[in-house]
Amino acid sequence: MRFERSHTRKAVALAVASSLVLLASACGGDDGETGGDSGSTGAAALEGKGPINFATGKDTSGNLTNQVAAWNSQHPDEKVTVTELPESADQQRAQMISNAQIKSDAFSVLNLDVVWTAEFAANRWITELPADQFPDLSKLLPSTLDTAKYRDKLYAVPVTSDGGLLYYRKDLLDKAGVQPPTTWEEMVAACAKVKALPEAKNIGCYAGQFEKYEGLTVNFSEAVNGAKGVVVGDDGKPNVDTPEALAGLTALVEGFKTGFIPKAAITYQEEPGRRAFQEGNLLFHRNWPYVYALANKTDGSSKIAGKFAVAPLPGLNGPGTSTLGGHNYAISEFTKNKATAAEFIKFMSSEERQKANVEKTSQAPTWASLYDDPALNKQFPYLAPLKASIETAKSRPKVVKYGDVTTAIQEAAYGALTGTTPPKDALATLQTKLSTLITQ
Amino acid sequence: MVSATAPVPTQEKGTKRHTSFNEGTGRLAALLLSPTLIVLVLVVVYPILSALRESLYTSGQRIDDSGFIIQGSEFVGLDNFSAIFSGETGDRFWNAFYNTTFFTVTCVVLETVLGVAMALVMHKAFKGRAVVRATILVPWAIPTVVSALLWKWIFQADGIANSVLGTQILWSTEGWQSVLSVIIADTWKTAPFIGLLVLAGLQTIPGEVYEAAKVDGASVWQTFVRITLPLVKPALLVAVLFRILDTLRLFDLPYVLVGPNKESVETLSILAFLEANQTRYGPAAAYATLLFVYVAVVAYVFVRVLGADVIGEAAQKKPKKNGNGKGRGRGQGEQDASKPTLLPGLTAGGGGGGA
Repeated sequence: MRFERSHTRKAVALAVASSLVLLASACGGDDGETGGDSGSTGAAALEGKGPINFATGKDTSGNLTNQVAAWNSQHPDEKVTVTELPESADQQRAQMISNAQIKSDAFSVLNLDVVWTAEFAANRWITELPADQFPDLSKLLPSTLDTAKYRDKLYAVPVTSDGGLLYYRKDLLDKAGVQPPTTWEEMVAACAKVKALPEAKNIGCYAGQFEKYEGLTVNFSEAVNGAKGVVVGDDGKPNVDTPEALAGLTALVEGFKTGFIPKAAITYQEEPGRRAFQEGNLLFHRNWPYVYALANKTDGSSKIAGKFAVAPLPGLNGPGTSTLGGHNYAISEFTKNKATAAEFIKFMSSEERQKANVEKTSQAPTWASLYDDPALNKQFPYLAPLKASIETAKSRPKVVKYGDVTTAIQEAAYGALTGTTPPKDALATLQTKLSTLITQ
Repeated sequence: MVSATAPVPTQEKGTKRHTSFNEGTGRLAALLLSPTLIVLVLVVVYPILSALRESLYTSGQRIDDSGFIIQGSEFVGLDNFSAIFSGETGDRFWNAFYNTTFFTVTCVVLETVLGVAMALVMHKAFKGRAVVRATILVPWAIPTVVSALLWKWIFQADGIANSVLGTQILWSTEGWQSVLSVIIADTWKTAPFIGLLVLAGLQTIPGEVYEAAKVDGASVWQTFVRITLPLVKPALLVAVLFRILDTLRLFDLPYVLVGPNKESVETLSILAFLEANQTRYGPAAAYATLLFVYVAVVAYVFVRVLGADVIGEAAQKKPKKNGNGKGRGRGQGEQDASKPTLLPGLTAGGGGGGA
């Protein structure tokens, strides 16, 4: 009988289909719930020595190879191989997560953004670090160390930090006879005076990062914190529907309405903003320290080399509060050589290594005393305002589901800034959403 | 497959001969095809079933008292699906559904018009035709993400688009600007694909048909509408079907060009991706399943209603056109070329001449 039209064909097809369904369900996760061991009694000692792998985002500075080579020459049996992940933070996180979900030991040390600590710790993708194996923690800036903890337990070591700075056109302010502003109103007044100058008639006054992405969360938090409000309070509960937060957000909204912030700034991420500042189209610009070296380049890429300076961020009625950025090094739960990983992290976070890194890459260190080093201060004039920025900086909400929290914040802020939602309603909706998301 | 369950008497002898000649080849065919089928099953069928299964579970959403995520997945039945259709998520879903459909309809219509125009140009013999052909195909050759980045730079606030137009349109903000930017980028990229397939169809039309039309005194437009289009219809319909299926799954262009979480351009694929990014694989699989069902329904309707000749059945069916009533007269392609058609390409008949 021909196979194509026999009735056994239907039976075979059915058998194949049902076996596939069974296979799919069998190979899926188990139906049980296995809670973590509640109340872990401190971190276990880290064991295992041998070669390890360091997963980090794209090394734009080019200095990482030197650092790793220094380690490799000192530890020939415990060589470190660097795996460079994509430049985008989202893709780095996605790759680290997919690696962790298959419990692969491909990555030993992870270079985590400060906002990922809670998520990685709660999912048990990184190991708790015993504080006694890391004696130098007290020498690091306390605000940076805070980002490496989850529920008061240490899960990573901060190696680089980042704080917001206010870049301004020193030449124009001097010409108009204005001091660098320390409050938002002073900034508005300063810009009005500068715009009276003939060569600065059409300059944009201020821009930060207002596109709908993580940078908006940073800028929104700075606006709210600078007005003495909070997004998430010290008790861990959201409290963003307050008059202070409203004042901070309204300042930004009014800025867009009055043209103090150019309309195009709603599309700015870090790079477009830096370009606008370097082209001479902005008087004040909020950005990270990396812009300093690039804006000072004399190869023709920057029209304002030597004409700008930095100051701490202005708040609404007083000094502002930056949002903390930076990176922490953590040990993957699934690597075999945790002791080597711990030693490598100690090596990279040591004063000597951090100093070498600052000199080559101008990334902000976490070692507190480096900020007071006179030679470094001469080389990097922004170190003093940067230290002030980082010491008073506030971190973003430390939540396991950080992705949802930041999306909610972006939604509220973008709606208010584009004029789609009145600021009061945006904050009220945000408060409701955050209350359901942040329940730990 | 055609089953000759009620064969016409004149064909029975033929069927019997057919059977005795091919007896036993069914098994051999199954054996030879099995490696390919196994690979296809592993790569195509298993993931679909696995995603279906995943959409019925949820995992990693609850935190125990000491702050750790509870491991393991939990069966929730159709909760993921009902959650998609309720409340704010429901609004977002229907918005994405509307965006997906809108992009598909607009982009495919534009691509088809431009693609057919490009094919007609590429078909004519003129000096430099090879260069023109190569240039037209360049956009299709570039990976979608790369072209999305290129267009992102073009559509920046200080980019070329604004300089050339002399405007200050903020292309990546919500509203018609972002939709237009996606449509432009998508049409630029994929019109060459349709052009290429239609060109292949054009090259199978014998020159005598055009000569006959000229002799009969047909104008250029009449030649195009009554000769070219019906004969190119099978290739055109396949190309259009492929583009429809592709655009229904549109992800890279809105995500890279405009950005995530922008409701003007959010598509269903973006929703699935965003859920998966937050490690909510159950809801992500649910979105993916819904998209899969949508695409399958559209493909089925397209093939049935418009008779897209996807697997070359028209050639097979010709000898049986007197026997079966099936196929809605698919074998009558030869006569369609001279039939006046209001909407070329949208009639239910098959394009037998072009196969």
